[in-house]
Amino acid sequence: MFSFTRKQFTMLAVFAAIVLTMPIWLSPLGAAYPGLMQKFVIYAIFAIGFNILFGLTGYLSFGHAAFLGVGSYTAVWSFKLLSMDMIPALFFAVIFAGIFALFIGYFSLRRSGIYFSILTLAFAQMSYSLAYSVLTPITNGETGLLIARDDPRAIDTMLGLGQTTSGMPMPSLIGVELGGYGGFYICALVLIACFFVSQKIFASSFGMALRGIKSNQTRMMYTGFNTKPYLLAAFVISGMFAGLAGGLLAVTDPIAGAERMKWTESGNLVLMTILGGVGTLIGPVVGAWLIKYFENIFSAINTNVLNSFFDFLPDGLQEVMVTIMSKFVGEGWHLTLGLMFVVIVVFLPGGLVEGTERLMRRLRRTGKASDDPAGRVTSGRTVNE
Amino acid sequence: MNAFLAQLLNGLDKGGAYALIALGLTLVFGTLGVVNFAHGALFMLGCFCAVVFRFLLTIETVTIDPEILSPWGAPVEVRTPLVQNWLGDWGAFLVDYSVPISVLFAVPVMLVIGIAMERGLIKHFYKRSHAEQILVTFGIAIVLQEVVKSFFGANPMPQPIPSDLRGAADVGAWLGMEANQLTYPMWRLVYLLFSLGVIGAVFAFMRFTTFGMVVRAGMADRETVGVLGIDIDRRFTIVFGLAAVVAGVAGAMYTPLLAPNYHIGMDFLVLSFVVVVVGGMGSLPGAVVAGFLLGILQSFASMNEVTSIFPGIDQIIIYLVAIVILLVRPRGLMGRSGVMES
Repeated sequence: MFSFTRKQFTMLAVFAAIVLTMPIWLSPLGAAYPGLMQKFVIYAIFAIGFNILFGLTGYLSFGHAAFLGVGSYTAVWSFKLLSMDMIPALFFAVIFAGIFALFIGYFSLRRSGIYFSILTLAFAQMSYSLAYSVLTPITNGETGLLIARDDPRAIDTMLGLGQTTSGMPMPSLIGVELGGYGGFYICALVLIACFFVSQKIFASSFGMALRGIKSNQTRMMYTGFNTKPYLLAAFVISGMFAGLAGGLLAVTDPIAGAERMKWTESGNLVLMTILGGVGTLIGPVVGAWLIKYFENIFSAINTNVLNSFFDFLPDGLQEVMVTIMSKFVGEGWHLTLGLMFVVIVVFLPGGLVEGTERLMRRLRRTGKASDDPAGRVTSGRTVNE
Repeated sequence: MNAFLAQLLNGLDKGGAYALIALGLTLVFGTLGVVNFAHGALFMLGCFCAVVFRFLLTIETVTIDPEILSPWGAPVEVRTPLVQNWLGDWGAFLVDYSVPISVLFAVPVMLVIGIAMERGLIKHFYKRSHAEQILVTFGIAIVLQEVVKSFFGANPMPQPIPSDLRGAADVGAWLGMEANQLTYPMWRLVYLLFSLGVIGAVFAFMRFTTFGMVVRAGMADRETVGVLGIDIDRRFTIVFGLAAVVAGVAGAMYTPLLAPNYHIGMDFLVLSFVVVVVGGMGSLPGAVVAGFLLGILQSFASMNEVTSIFPGIDQIIIYLVAIVILLVRPRGLMGRSGVMES
């Protein structure tokens, strides 16, 4: 299990270094505050998990937000009933999301293509509606599930870890409260572990089988290969990743709301994965970071910032530019997102990873003149293997 | 019995909207083979056609009339729409009936938008996978939605019903019951009739015109029609425009029932996909039947008698039906076997 080629190891080490030094290299970009970096890391986990399903098998699920929601709710309930420690919370979040994914996957995977997408969408919308209506005793409806000071917390009481401070209890790890940078580093470690797992899955025979299903399921079946258990396993694994991400969201901010389960959230997840590069190891992470970055930075830009940015232009032109640009930032950053997305799908179906690769290849070719053997295709979808 | 009929009527007008949206989706899928996630956004654009039309009609002049004084002695501002200035009573009528008349405005606008969309972007995606089609149309939907949001804001924009149609229709009396036993809002009845009319028109168009015949032939076998020397791509482009028009007019007429905001399309999109799937991918009659069926089913599920037995069933009934249909009979109620089955 821990056998590692040198290339894989280098990759993991570089990745870990990048993630752990986030506070340093993000500060010139104006995004180095813990709350935002936690989001970066958590959504990267979410996207990595989704990529194991969509990237490897080609099954496009539109219901992954439901697993994130289940993870969040489970974690908050664990905070309420068991302990403020994050370990049981994450454990149960992953388990429950996995069971939920097993249930949904068992039915949804009987169909493929767009029918699979619609089935997952229907299941997710159903859970979303139920979370808002009938399941209010469990989910607390529109208010969202919150922790309270006088929750039972069986384990904490048993261990005599009663509340000491006067404020709201905070999620902790073995007695150490997680706030700010502590929370970020915990999430970062989890992300590195997740990246490792996904690396292993990509390199394993299991990952190979999933890729075979993607390229031609019928042929796989003709070779005497029962594809269903493999698909279900991939679905459950990616559901568990989503549950883990949901649990971490609850750890960094102990509240769970049903709006996390809405289908547009699943849509955002798909956007992240596509933007970075489907089926690549690093792509989903990059996509998640970019989208969360734009969400926070672009939506914070207002007309004052724009005015000072276009200050060098003559007055009339400055006004025109500010009026045009203000449609794309602030409240309207989704417009930028949508445009970016359309452009990516049209021109770069392999996402940014493929784009970078093409760019590198072109640069190399111009550097080496024309002695490069033609037709040496390294598709973005099979890089890092 | 009355409660039953009332729920039936309630379901029919919602079913009309579902059927119209699903009809457009199916047209596009059946002809171009494209899974169009932007169809909800087209519905939303139709809604905003009505909003824009009314806005244009009600551009006002403000005159200060020194003769009339308000109770505290200041001159009163008199606001009259320009249209009323020019056309007198007829202008007032125009303003009052802005919603139904906006349908006429929506038709050319939606036709142009639909054709531009197909020529500009969607035509490049015929050969790509369904997943990629979903993704690109989802992207278009976001863009359209955000453009509308940046012009109209995020608040719902209620549109008034024409004053003559505001009351309730005494449906019971028409059916031979006593008066006021079964009443129903007039506008919902109008919407139902309107949707039936549009559906009828689309079917007649497909059935009785040469254009419709060619399109149907193209749906069955695109290559052969092309070989016969017919420019099938152009016809299909127009069909896409037609689907956009159907979604648009459905939206424009729906504005008095549900105040439109920029994400109204997304809310309808998921439902209409479910409708299409239940009816059978690529089957026009299936989409219509399933639309009305699911509308009625939803309204029955929201009856108190039902929700007391199965709490929350009204929220999920449509999805539940879709899941069962997909698992048991994936071709849907009226789909051909082999279409999109695997």
